[in-house]
Amino acid sequence: MRRHRVSLWTGAVIVGFTALVAIFAPLLTPHDPFAQNLSQRFLPPVWLPGGSAAHLLGTDQIGRDYLSRLILGARISMMIGTTTILMAGTIGTTLGILGGYFGGPVDRVVMFVVSCRLAIPLILVALTVVALIGSSLAVVMLTLGLLLWERFAVVSRATTRQVCGLDYVAAAWAAGCSRSWIILREVLPNIIHHLIVIATIDMAIAILLEAALSFLGLGVPPPLPSWGLMIAEAKDYMFFKPWVIEIPGLALLVLVLGINLLGDGLRDALGAQADR
Amino acid sequence: MTPAIEAVELSRSFVQGASAFAPPRRVVAVDEVSLSVAPGRALGIVGESGCGKTTMARIMLGLLPPTAGTVRIDGRSLATMDRRERARLIQPVFQDPMSSLNPRRRIRDIVELPLIAAGRVPRRERRERVMAMLERVGLSSATAVRYPAQLSGGQRQRVAIARALVIEPHILICDEPTSALDVSVQAQILNLLAELRATFNLTLVFISHNLAVVEHIADEVAVMYLGRIVEHATADAVFGTPQHPYTRALLASVLTPEPGLGIPDVPLGEGYPDPANIPRGCRFHPRCPIAIPRCRTEPPARAAVECHLASA
Amino acid sequence: MTAVLEIEDLSVNFGTLAAVRGISLTVQRGETHCLVGESGCGKSVSALSVMGLLPRDARADAARIMFADTDLFRLSERRLARLRGDRMAMIFQEPMTSLNPAYTIGSQMTEVLRRHRGTSRGEAATRAAAMLERVGVSAPEMRLGQFPHQLSGGLRQRVMIAMALLCEPELLIADEPTTALDVTVQAQILRLLARLQRELGLAVLLITHDLGIVARTAHRVSVMYAGEIVEQATVAELFAAPTHPYTRGLLASIPVPRKVRRGERLGSIPGVVPAIDRTFVGCAFRDRCARATDSCAALVPLREMSDEHHYRCRLDPAWSEPA
Repeated sequence: MRRHRVSLWTGAVIVGFTALVAIFAPLLTPHDPFAQNLSQRFLPPVWLPGGSAAHLLGTDQIGRDYLSRLILGARISMMIGTTTILMAGTIGTTLGILGGYFGGPVDRVVMFVVSCRLAIPLILVALTVVALIGSSLAVVMLTLGLLLWERFAVVSRATTRQVCGLDYVAAAWAAGCSRSWIILREVLPNIIHHLIVIATIDMAIAILLEAALSFLGLGVPPPLPSWGLMIAEAKDYMFFKPWVIEIPGLALLVLVLGINLLGDGLRDALGAQADR
Repeated sequence: MTPAIEAVELSRSFVQGASAFAPPRRVVAVDEVSLSVAPGRALGIVGESGCGKTTMARIMLGLLPPTAGTVRIDGRSLATMDRRERARLIQPVFQDPMSSLNPRRRIRDIVELPLIAAGRVPRRERRERVMAMLERVGLSSATAVRYPAQLSGGQRQRVAIARALVIEPHILICDEPTSALDVSVQAQILNLLAELRATFNLTLVFISHNLAVVEHIADEVAVMYLGRIVEHATADAVFGTPQHPYTRALLASVLTPEPGLGIPDVPLGEGYPDPANIPRGCRFHPRCPIAIPRCRTEPPARAAVECHLASA
Repeated sequence: MTAVLEIEDLSVNFGTLAAVRGISLTVQRGETHCLVGESGCGKSVSALSVMGLLPRDARADAARIMFADTDLFRLSERRLARLRGDRMAMIFQEPMTSLNPAYTIGSQMTEVLRRHRGTSRGEAATRAAAMLERVGVSAPEMRLGQFPHQLSGGLRQRVMIAMALLCEPELLIADEPTTALDVTVQAQILRLLARLQRELGLAVLLITHDLGIVARTAHRVSVMYAGEIVEQATVAELFAAPTHPYTRGLLASIPVPRKVRRGERLGSIPGVVPAIDRTFVGCAFRDRCARATDSCAALVPLREMSDEHHYRCRLDPAWSEPA
């Protein structure tokens, strides 16, 4: 029973910290993340020989302060994560609840739409979108938000069906409640703990996906310091100046791990309470 | 007199989907059942698994549409009523106290629900009626702010009864309301139901597999088997002089708490009722101890007792 | 005569919750001893203790649990496992979940024989079919090839019984074996158990909440409340002269067919079963008892009405309800 507390709090601390960094990013960056200084290229971080306190994490290949880029990158990752789960969550949950509640032909349509979505390879869509519209932060957020909803749909559909079989839903119907009341006030509050867990999973996936897309050049365009882009830009130098790739890689790892721990902890904590 | 609730030729069947191992099957849960209950009377519906009594309850509550036939409440067709009208007339008490209350809401909100759905009841009046009802069912006012998880099974069932009666319906449909409760709690709830029935002049439809409980509370009894009512008479008649062989077998199987009588030998054979495979002729004939050749081919006439040998 | 099963002073705790508090009972050969009580009284936990099937967070303690001449409580898990399914067997309430849905009836039954008796596959199949026939399952060879989901609840319970009796055990523990079954099937299953008991000389410990089952099947009865046995007697004695207030309350709350008086209130016991923790002292029933006094908060004596009938209450046997 103590185990879930550890993951819950570790995850919450990591995610919370990153969220704060993301919100206050402009105030926290010691330098302008976009300011280039070619005479200060590849300064190592402060703990390696040659490092200086002026640039705690060193500089990249065109002399931009790495710490500042990392901080701004945190904001980008968090923005991607939260907008994705808000958009995808809304789309997926709505579809899932409608399918689960109404069943029959409505459900068949919903399942068909979900199958179509599952058949779509994300990278290909991203490629097409970028080819047509060009890449930007907004495009990435929109693409991921409109595509990553299948988990929400499947889980909300399954849990809605399960809840609809329970007597308190029948009692609400017998009491004369309208369908919208039943969905919003009886079903939704009883499935939302499952969806919160899905949200954390999806957030981690969105962040990783954005990093991958940016790495491939299909995501956030330079000079925005997405962590994925930073990894991509660093890959040519990773054997000579390993910190350039290690730092954003580590940041990504820690954030995604934190989100997953938070999700695990929430699942245990909320699940135990819900099953009571 | 107009019956409080009336079922006319009610039928309900389901199609059980095909799988890799079997073609789709048609399950007939309720087969052209008709019954009526006079206002203020209590009808007990008994039967075993697969008989269709729970399906009947759900159809009468408007939770499930019938495949054929109509339900009339106070003379008006259920299908034409809007949700508020229906709620004002007929309310349920379900079997499982765990799942009949929304775990995320407080007791007073749960009991208030029918009043909110009815609309046009001002907030203060709603609250008053809820608190009065909670007291009526024997719950302290402190219970109002608790959550279902903090209550025992018996208390939860009282909440369910309070919710059903707060809107003062005419008819109460109880689907195995005490089956999930301990014996001593069951008695409390049955006493409560009897008391409230008198106070509110309710018409009661009480569904149970526990014959002794039904005998205690019902004026009339309908015995269901595989979707049909095979015997329908006053409680005294059904329990005193049962006519249908199934009713007799059912009554004989009940283990009364009287030592020294041994275990009854119920001559029903090994078969079990399967609503997806209703036997031709009389649906009870494969298990019937007195079946004659006619029972295998010809279904019995529709009457209060559905048996070829009834008048014997 | 040595009892087949003798439980002496068994207690089981789950953390601070005392589920079973010092119960003792015996079951003789050929006898059915019913352990009756409502939910949460500890009857199932007691049964599981005998078989060594308690969950991990349970702490059991007993003076002894004698099975013939072996103390089960002090036996290692390995040796207990050899006895389980062989010389002592248990059947459970839910026939739907007691059988593994992924295996045929035949493979589950033959596994028991092959594990405990080392019989060959063919021989085991023959014995299994014979046992199925004995419990009243028609077409036994065909049934061996079927999966649990293809059988009805009553048939599944018969299969459970057959599996339990394959190795001809001396002790059968049945935990609410008919609660999930229809009334007509229940009577058939109980008759079956009674017949097999006579044929095999089985000692049966039957756990139930249904006093009707107790009346019709038991030789002796122990009534449990909040982890304790509050009354223990022969079945005739218990129904003729119930003495503990809880027993009387319980009997008064059951509507008896043909003796039902419609319109009259059923006797009922006010209040709910309390949760008892390890430090609890005194009578657990006192908050619900109309005759409770302050002395009930101290240790309650075990009183004997006769050789075979005792109860835990300070009241005299002839007590009656206050007017």
